[in-house]
Amino acid sequence: MSKNSEEKSPENVLRIRRATSDHLEQVVELDARITGKSKLDYWQDIFERYAARRIDQRFFLIAEGPEGGDAGIFGLIVGEVRGWEFGSEPCGWIFAISVDPDRRQQGIGEALFKAMCDEFRQVGIKKVRTMVRRQNTLHMSFFRGEGMMAGPFIQLEKKLIDG
Amino acid sequence: MQQSSRLAIYALIELASNPDSQISAAEIGAKYRVSAHHLAKVLMTLGRAGLVQSVRGVGGGYTFTGNAKRLNLDEIISLFQDTTTSCKLADPSEATDEEWVLFDVSNEINDIARSTYSSITIQTLLKQVERRQSAKSRAKENAPEAGDLPVT
Repeated sequence: MSKNSEEKSPENVLRIRRATSDHLEQVVELDARITGKSKLDYWQDIFERYAARRIDQRFFLIAEGPEGGDAGIFGLIVGEVRGWEFGSEPCGWIFAISVDPDRRQQGIGEALFKAMCDEFRQVGIKKVRTMVRRQNTLHMSFFRGEGMMAGPFIQLEKKLIDG
Repeated sequence: MQQSSRLAIYALIELASNPDSQISAAEIGAKYRVSAHHLAKVLMTLGRAGLVQSVRGVGGGYTFTGNAKRLNLDEIISLFQDTTTSCKLADPSEATDEEWVLFDVSNEINDIARSTYSSITIQTLLKQVERRQSAKSRAKENAPEAGDLPVT
């Protein structure tokens, strides 16, 4: 991230910046509160790949309050530039977004989404994509509210084992 | 989507974008080129669902009483048509493999349609309308004036 971006939230000023390894514990804790599963190994791997390597095209951003990380993180978003898979021109992919359930409806998710789009724009990317489970109305409604619509690809799958 | 569902969504967009106004069925009908009579029936259904309220008398009309941030298209469409399945098996115990295969395909399409409708709220539609209007005004501002010579 070239500079820390700040967005006004109804309660106070929100700071959005790149995640560092110092945030690992808070990220694992936030994710566990939302999903009910603590996934330290998974997040360690995500930090290694998205917060440390090829960071010109990989973005792991966190939102925190004006007092910094002491109060815990308010939310996170992870994305990267990917290109030429499935015949697609390079575009930005968002594959994780989470907001502290106690701090929802305060514009934190929107601020994270906008910050990620800014990162993509700064590296010349013109389109952002994500994938959402059809039944996940919370994320579907959020991304729709941000102006996202169905893209040109349809995901297909087939069971390889009966049952 | 059936016409009544479409009209209901147009009416709700119109009313939700003017929360402080009372708008008549005739005004909404004129904008969307549909009969006020047909629209009145649709508005009655929306009224029974608690989404609009009618105010009688001079200057009367309808007001939006729902929650634009929460009300999604599937909830609106469900008031006018059965959205649970797009293809019915008359008697599942008698259905052939061919009928089951077509039933599965129809259900797949219906699932996608329903999840799309469920994820789009009236507020999201209002935002899309705003984006479209902004894009149109930008295009108009950038368009060359009539009589301008092309730059060569």
